[in-house]
Amino acid sequence: MPLVLIILLPLTGACLPALLQGRSSRLLASVSALPTLFCLLLLLSWLPHVMRGGDAVVQTLAWLPSLGLAVGFRLDGLGLLFALLITGIGGLILLYARYYFAGSTTSARFFTLIQLFMAAMLGIVLSENLLFMLVFWELTSLVSFLLIGYHTHDHAARLGARMSLVITGGGGLALLAGIVMLGQAAGGYELSVVLEAGERIRGNERYGLMLNLILLGAFTKSAQFPFHLWLPHAMTAPTPVSAYLHSATMVKAGLFLLARLHPALADTALWFHLVTLTGMLTLMVGAFVAMFMHDMKGLLAYSTVSHLGLIMLLLGLGTPMALAAALFHLVCHALFKAPLFMMAGYVEHATGTRDMRNINGMWRFMPALMVLSSISAAAMAGLPLMSGYISKKMLFNESLLLATPDWAAVIIPAWVALAALFSVAYSIRIFHNVFFNGRPIDLPVWPPRAPRRLALAPIALLSLATLLLGLAPERAYTALVQPAFAAARQAAVAPYDFAALGTGVTLLMSLFALAGGALFYHLRTPLFRLHARLPAVDAKEIFDWLMRRATTLAQQRVFQLENGSLQRYLAFIMATLVVLVGLQLHDVPRWDGGVALTPLDPLTLLAAILLCLAAIGVVVYHHHRLPALLLLGVTGLVVTVTFARFSAPDLALTQLMVEVMAVVIMMLALSFLPQTSPRGSTRLRMGRDLTIAGLVGLGVAAFSFAILTRPQQTISDFFMANSMPGGGGSNVVNVILVDFRGFDTLGEITVLGIAAVAVFAFTRDLHLKERVVETNPAHWVAEPHPIMLGSVARLVLPIALLVSAYIFLRGHNQPGGGFIAGLITAVALTLQYMAGGLVWAQARMRTAFRPLIGAGILIAAVTGLGSWLFGFPFLTSAHGHLHLPLIGDIALATAMLFDLGVYANVVGATLLILANLGKLMTVTGPGKEIG
Amino acid sequence: MELLYAITLGILTTCGVYLLLRARTFTVILGLTLFSHAVNLYLFASGRLVTGAPAIVGLAEHSADPLPQALVLTAIVIGFAMTAFVVVLALKAAVELRNDHVDGENPDEDRT
Repeated sequence: MPLVLIILLPLTGACLPALLQGRSSRLLASVSALPTLFCLLLLLSWLPHVMRGGDAVVQTLAWLPSLGLAVGFRLDGLGLLFALLITGIGGLILLYARYYFAGSTTSARFFTLIQLFMAAMLGIVLSENLLFMLVFWELTSLVSFLLIGYHTHDHAARLGARMSLVITGGGGLALLAGIVMLGQAAGGYELSVVLEAGERIRGNERYGLMLNLILLGAFTKSAQFPFHLWLPHAMTAPTPVSAYLHSATMVKAGLFLLARLHPALADTALWFHLVTLTGMLTLMVGAFVAMFMHDMKGLLAYSTVSHLGLIMLLLGLGTPMALAAALFHLVCHALFKAPLFMMAGYVEHATGTRDMRNINGMWRFMPALMVLSSISAAAMAGLPLMSGYISKKMLFNESLLLATPDWAAVIIPAWVALAALFSVAYSIRIFHNVFFNGRPIDLPVWPPRAPRRLALAPIALLSLATLLLGLAPERAYTALVQPAFAAARQAAVAPYDFAALGTGVTLLMSLFALAGGALFYHLRTPLFRLHARLPAVDAKEIFDWLMRRATTLAQQRVFQLENGSLQRYLAFIMATLVVLVGLQLHDVPRWDGGVALTPLDPLTLLAAILLCLAAIGVVVYHHHRLPALLLLGVTGLVVTVTFARFSAPDLALTQLMVEVMAVVIMMLALSFLPQTSPRGSTRLRMGRDLTIAGLVGLGVAAFSFAILTRPQQTISDFFMANSMPGGGGSNVVNVILVDFRGFDTLGEITVLGIAAVAVFAFTRDLHLKERVVETNPAHWVAEPHPIMLGSVARLVLPIALLVSAYIFLRGHNQPGGGFIAGLITAVALTLQYMAGGLVWAQARMRTAFRPLIGAGILIAAVTGLGSWLFGFPFLTSAHGHLHLPLIGDIALATAMLFDLGVYANVVGATLLILANLGKLMTVTGPGKEIG
Repeated sequence: MELLYAITLGILTTCGVYLLLRARTFTVILGLTLFSHAVNLYLFASGRLVTGAPAIVGLAEHSADPLPQALVLTAIVIGFAMTAFVVVLALKAAVELRNDHVDGENPDEDRT
């Protein structure tokens, strides 16, 4: 049977409440209980195998092998014990929640989250891969966050939720680091590898750091001092959550982890000191504070903290049977603490308060609850015949067996006896204060109504389990705890000698705790008064202060770096570029690659000087925008000439057309923008920018010089050789565009189309004319459409269209092609717009631009797809020659069809951009949208 | 010729980057255009400077490298589309925010 089913069942169950939104909690609980029940049955079916001492069942499925991550499940004694607790108590919690949420129609969220939590928790205890386990670990933190903040309108609940997330989430990060180090030390993240590699891990040089990180994760999760803070504040959650997550299961995850990794990490001096001391502190702090809590759930929360400390202490102790005692007490605690929380929930419902100074004498109103709670309270106090009594004596016994180090052998027994005394006192207190101690005082709800009899079923069942555990500890131990102990030890273990427990010093210590606790409780009134006079140290204040400081600090750092100035970001990017590239350049042997320079001719020198002067002119005159724009046009023209000079006629033609359009567009923009830029930059700022720009320029110059003087290695020989036979064209640049790299071109015309449509969308609701800031009339001609221009333009159009058709047709063999022909057509049409005005030209423009763009892309794509019909890959071209009378021999290739798509796209996109920008110029517009 | 080409490219880049770092949108567009000229020429230079031999089969013994040319050709067209887009963006920003500072606000010209 696949183990993954055990986790999938509650996960499926988590989806069910979503379908039953707004239904009664009764239905929700019944529906949710089903998967849990199945899950429990599945687990129980494994029990005989595990009790027999069968091998661990491991099932793995590779997920990300390169990261060592696998979906892996492992079921052994330890996992099964925890899984049984999780599903067993989980099922009872669902039953309890049915009554707790009775009358509420919004509890679907609770039932979803609680089952999600169950799945996550099962994932932790059944994972084979440690990284996989971490995923579930984080999931429990997240679900816990959502459940603590269940009452989203409650400020305290939100704060408590946040605090728990910060602490457990932070611990989770530490754990992640620790686990990664552990996996590296062990050579794998599978438990079967890790558990065998104990020697190697403990001998690893980073063992100390690794252990600290892992313990940090476990301590935060299991609410160990000083991270215990979040647990009492988590009591804002609904009581079923407190009972389940924050006493029986989630807080045990840290303990589980340490038990699980025991063979890999434990039994070093460092482990002993860290784990034992933390456990001792937590045990005492929790027990002491619990005694003085007036809030029922607060008392139970601190008592949970204390018990978690106790188990932690046992995990650290290192005596042969300490681990067994820890596991046994863990079971006892889960069984007696959950019903006490449930009791607190019912009493709170019945009385409207959690303050034990007011709730008194409940035995009159709910006698059955009183009887049942007495069992759990007695077990918590450790009265004879109770499960807690056995586990307490196991603890005493282990503490006495400790021989080294010297201080521990003396202090720990005394320490645990004292803590047991407190635990007796607070156990008496919660029971006595709630059910006896006189009469109720000023209850918000009166009269208190006893919970229904059936509602007591979960408490009754858990109390019964507690009783059985106390009456037959050996049977329970052998059945459940011993296999878990063996699995945690990874070795065969001797049975626990229960007979030796009841004698000698252990008994004396128990008696001391019981008598002392009773006395302590008896003296409570003066003690409370004394406690009230102690200076109140609220750890929450400290936590909040820390959080505020951290947030402020982070904000300051962020704002220092990121102040919203784009100029600054760009300068940073450029400076980073200069620094990073510059650092890599310190050992460039020589920039000059050795290839002989070609001789300089005067004309080229002149063009270069012109280009430089124009570019510098743009910078110098950039405050006066129109002259700067004209100089920019000059640079574009010289660049065009440069392309022509160095054997790139296609580029020269393209650049020429684009240059015309770009300047027209910028002219249009300039008519709306201020005509001058204010001089605002300080000299310092200009110096800084000039330095950055100069360095970038220097780098570009150096690199291009280095490239130009090195021998060329190119893959273009292939294109040159295959252009004719493969592509049917002799203009290699065009063949590359439409054939060899046709897919790229398809992408590029798509981008062009998208940009054009984006311009269309932006200008759609933009009404500039009436908003235009002052314009300097001196620059602008009064007559918008000069007659001379109009006459010439009309004459030019047919010629230009003819030229573009010619350029298009010859493009495959001579400079030209779809891009250039498209641009020529666009320029010719743009001229009409300029000469005749937008309204005039638009009225005569029969083709809509956006469909033209789409058609272009479509033609190109369909041409490409066509090759599929003949069984060739996408965009394979075919070609042949056609002899037409008069015109002569025409080379035809399917690539020309593709080029036609390019042509249509370029024309459509360019005109869409220009016409829509032009539209902004007119006050009224052409009456409809353009495109 | 190569040295001249490299120096010219350096100057063009410097001018472009300097204008890119200015505070007004129109100036930035000017800078962007200069900078894209420089980038196109730089890419083009990777095919080396060959004179009088366009990449047409059968025209010359050692013709120019067609690959950078094809790359640059599409780069020019897309650069044009991007310029147009930035122009519209600048216009829209100028209208909506009532000033043409790149940050949409000019409490003081230089923000550091």
